[in-house]
Amino acid sequence: MPTFVYASKCSGCGDCVDICPSDIIHFDRKSRKAYNIEPDACWECLNCVKVCGRQAVDVRGYADFVPMGASITVVRDDRKNTIEWNISYRNGTRKKFSFPIRTTEWGSIKPPSEYPQAEMGKTEELSLEPEKLYINSVPSIKGEKN
Amino acid sequence: MKSKTVDCDILIVGGGMAGCGAAWEARYWSRNSRIVLVEKANVDRSGAVAMGLSAINTYMGMRWDENTPEGFVNYVKNDLMGIIRDDLVYDVARHVDSTVHLFDEWGLPIMRDKNGHYLREGKWQIMIHGESYKAIVAEAAKKAASEIYNRVMITRLIKDANNKMAGAVGFDVRDGTFYVFKSKVVIVSAGGASQIYRPRSSREGAGRTWYPHWASGSAYGLLIEAGATMTMMEARFSVPRYKDGYGPVGAWQLLLKAKQTNALGQDSFELHKEEIRKLFNGKMGYADVVPTPTNLRVLSSLMELKAGRGPIYMHTEKVLTRENEELGWEDFLDMTISQALVWAGQNVDPMKEPSEILPSEPYAMGSHATENGAWASGPEDISSSLSNGDRSKSYFWGYNRMSTVDGLFVAGDACGASPHKFSSGSFTEGRIAAKSAVKYLMDHSDEHLQIDNSTIERMKLNLYEPIERYNKNKYEITAGKVSPDMMWYDQGLARLQKLMDEYAAGWGSWYTTSDVMLNNALKLIKMLKEDFVNYAAAENYHQLLRTWELWHRILTAEAIVVHMLYRKETRWPGYYSRSDFPALDDDGWRVFVNSRYDSKAQSWEVFSVPVIDLVVRK
Ligand SMILES: Cc1cc2nc3c(=O)[nH]c(=O)nc-3n(C[C@H](O)[C@H](O)[C@H](O)COP(=O)(O)OP(=O)(O)OC[C@H]3O[C@@H](n4cnc5c(N)ncnc54)[C@H](O)[C@@H]3O)c2cc1C
Ligand code: SF4
Ligand code: SF4
Repeated sequence: MPTFVYASKCSGCGDCVDICPSDIIHFDRKSRKAYNIEPDACWECLNCVKVCGRQAVDVRGYADFVPMGASITVVRDDRKNTIEWNISYRNGTRKKFSFPIRTTEWGSIKPPSEYPQAEMGKTEELSLEPEKLYINSVPSIKGEKN
Repeated sequence: MKSKTVDCDILIVGGGMAGCGAAWEARYWSRNSRIVLVEKANVDRSGAVAMGLSAINTYMGMRWDENTPEGFVNYVKNDLMGIIRDDLVYDVARHVDSTVHLFDEWGLPIMRDKNGHYLREGKWQIMIHGESYKAIVAEAAKKAASEIYNRVMITRLIKDANNKMAGAVGFDVRDGTFYVFKSKVVIVSAGGASQIYRPRSSREGAGRTWYPHWASGSAYGLLIEAGATMTMMEARFSVPRYKDGYGPVGAWQLLLKAKQTNALGQDSFELHKEEIRKLFNGKMGYADVVPTPTNLRVLSSLMELKAGRGPIYMHTEKVLTRENEELGWEDFLDMTISQALVWAGQNVDPMKEPSEILPSEPYAMGSHATENGAWASGPEDISSSLSNGDRSKSYFWGYNRMSTVDGLFVAGDACGASPHKFSSGSFTEGRIAAKSAVKYLMDHSDEHLQIDNSTIERMKLNLYEPIERYNKNKYEITAGKVSPDMMWYDQGLARLQKLMDEYAAGWGSWYTTSDVMLNNALKLIKMLKEDFVNYAAAENYHQLLRTWELWHRILTAEAIVVHMLYRKETRWPGYYSRSDFPALDDDGWRVFVNSRYDSKAQSWEVFSVPVIDLVVRK
C-alpha cells in the first residue's frame, strides 16, 4: 500500500518529508504540497501517515496484490501514549484496536553522562553493569577449546 | 558544491539499533569526546525498526534463571548448522539483559505474565507493544551523541597514510552538501541488505520486501571497499513469511501455537525428515535437534511446494479466538502493517481460514537467523588465547568488535559470524563495540591522522560523477530514461536482481545454484560494476542516494557470489542448495569462509578459518 497525499488536506508543513525513512516523500515544486515520489520504494511503514496532523497522507493497497476498497487509518497520540487503528475490509468488516506506545513521558530518558562513571579497567562490564543485569556479575567462559 | 569538514573522536555510521547503542555506550565511557552519528534518514524512525516491532527476540532472563548464555550459544549454533563464533554470540547473550532492562526503564511497554516476568513469546523472545520502539531508542541516542547528522549518506570510508581508519565521506541527500568526517575511530552500523535479489513483489509493490527497502547493504559495501576481512557472506538467507504482505510468523508459531502444513494438512518436515537426515545431519544430528534449524524447516516447505502440494498454510483459524485476536493483529500492526491490509483487501478472516506462507527472496544480514558481515575481534576475557598473529584467521587482536582494519569497528548487521542478535542484541553489540572503541581512542591519543587532501578531492569528484554525467548527456535524447550513455539506478538494480535471482539461488531458480551458474553471475556482476563506473547517471540528490545504494548492493552481491563459489557443499539447504555439491560436509566444510577485497586490483582473496567450539555442546 504505497502512500499518497490528499491535495485538499495538505498544508505543506513538511513533517512527513522529514520522517520518511525511504526519503520518498518530497514537496511538489509547484503546489508546495507533499507527495510520494517513488511509490515502488515505499515499505508502508506508515510513519508519514502517523506524523501528519491533518490526516492528509493515506495508503492505497499495492496494485500488484491488494484488491481495492480496504483501508487502514491510524491515530498516534504521544501525550496519551496510545495508538488507535481502524481497519476496514473490502467487504465492509471493521476492526478497531488500541495499543500503548510508551510508559514514560517523551524526553524523560536520563542521559548516560548523568550516571556516575565506572572504572574502565580491564573488566568486561558495560555501562551500569552488573546492576542492570540484576545478577551479581557478568558471566564468562574460558577461551579454551572444548 | 558546498563542502563541510567535521572533526570527530568517534564516528558512528548508521543510527539504527546498533548505532544508537553505540552512541549511548560511547558517551557513558567518554564524557568529553566528540561523538558524531551520521544517518541517511531520520534517527527517530530509521533502520529495520522504523515501523516498530512486536517482540524483542533476544532476552536471556538471567535474573529469573530462565536461560543461560551457554544455552543460547548451543541453540544458535544448531540453527546455523554448526558455524558460529561462540565468543561473539556468548558476549551478546551475557550483556543483552541489561539492554532490555534499560529499554524497560526508558518506557518501552513490555508485556508481563502473571508472575510479573516479561511475557515470553518463545524461549528466547519476549512480547512488547513496540510501535514506538525506535523513537524511544533514538531519544537515548540523541541524549548521548554530540551531534547527529540526519539525511547524510556515507558513501566511502577514508584510510590514512598508515592504512588506519581516518573517517568517511558522504553527502546531504537533500541539498547535496559534501561531507568529510575525520575520525580515528569509526563504528559501522549501517544495517543489512534487501533488494539484492529480485523480490517476489513486483512493480508498484516492489518496495514490499521483508527487510526494508532502505537496507542498502551499505555496511557491507563500506567495509568491503575499506579492505576489511568479511566472513560468511555466502550465508544469505530467506525467511518464511505470510505471502505478499510478509507478515511475521514468530508470535503465531511460538505464542499462539499455530501449525504450518501443506495443502493436504500434512506437516512438511515430518514428511521429509528421513531424506533431510540423510543429506544434512552432519556430525551434530541437525535433523533431530530441537527446535529444528530454520533452514531445514524452510527446506521441507520448499520440497512440498516443488511437489505441487502447496500452498503452505499457517492455520490461524485453529488458534485465533475473540480473546487473543488483538494479539495476532498487533503483531502485524506493530511491524508489518501491509499484512493487515492484505487481509482486509482480500477479505481474509483469520478466525475462519488459514493464510499462505512463502519463503522470501534472499537477504544479507548479520543480526537475524544468519551471519553475514565483517570478521571481528572477540572479547578479551574469552578470546585472547585464540590469537595467532594473523587477524583474518584469529579470534582476537586487542579490541572487541574491531574489524581487521585498525580503528574500524562493527556492530549489528555489519558484524559477521554473530547471528541471532535481533533488535536487542544489535543495540547490545553497538554498546560492546563503543566501549572498546573508547579504549582504542585512549590508547591512540598521541597518534595524528595523516589524510591526503588530494584523495578527498578525488572522492568528492567521484561521488558527484553520476550527476555530472547526467548534465552532460541529458540533451542527447528527447526525453525519458533510455540512453546509450547513461544507466539510471533502477536500471542497474533490475539487472543486479535478475542475475542474482537466476544464477545465485534466488526464488526464481528455487534457491539452487552451481559452480557454472555462480561463474555466470560473477561475469555479469563485473560488467555491471564497469557500467556503474562508466554510465551511472543521476538527475538529482535523491537519485544520487539511490545510485550509491546500488553500488553498495553490487559489492554485497559480489561478495555473496565469491563466497558461495568457494564453499563446495550445501550447508543451509533451505537458504540455498548447490546442485553440484548437494550434501552437507562437516569434515571438509565446518569452517568460516572469509574474504578480503583489493579495491585497486578489484580482486578477492578467499580462505577458510576453522570453527572453534568454546561452549560444551548439550
Ligand atoms: C519486519 C521485521 C521484523 C523484525 N522483527 C523483529 C522482532 O520481532 N524482534 C527483534 O528483536 N528483531 C526483529 N527484527 C530485526 C531487527 O530489526 C534487526 O536485527 C536490527 O534492527 C538490526 O540492527 P542494525 O543497527 O544492524 O540495523 P538497522 O536497525 O537497520 O540500522 C541501520 C541504520 O543505518 C542507516 N544507514 C544505512 N546505510 C547508511 C549510509 N550509507 N549512510 C548513513 N546511514 C546509513 C539506516 O538508515 C539505518 O538507520 C525485525 C526486522 C524486520 C525488518
Ligand atoms: S505532514 Fe501532512 S500536512 Fe504536513 S506536509 Fe505532510 S501531508 Fe502535508
Ligand atoms: S509509508 Fe513509510 S516508506 Fe512509505 S512514504 Fe510513508 S514514511 Fe515513506
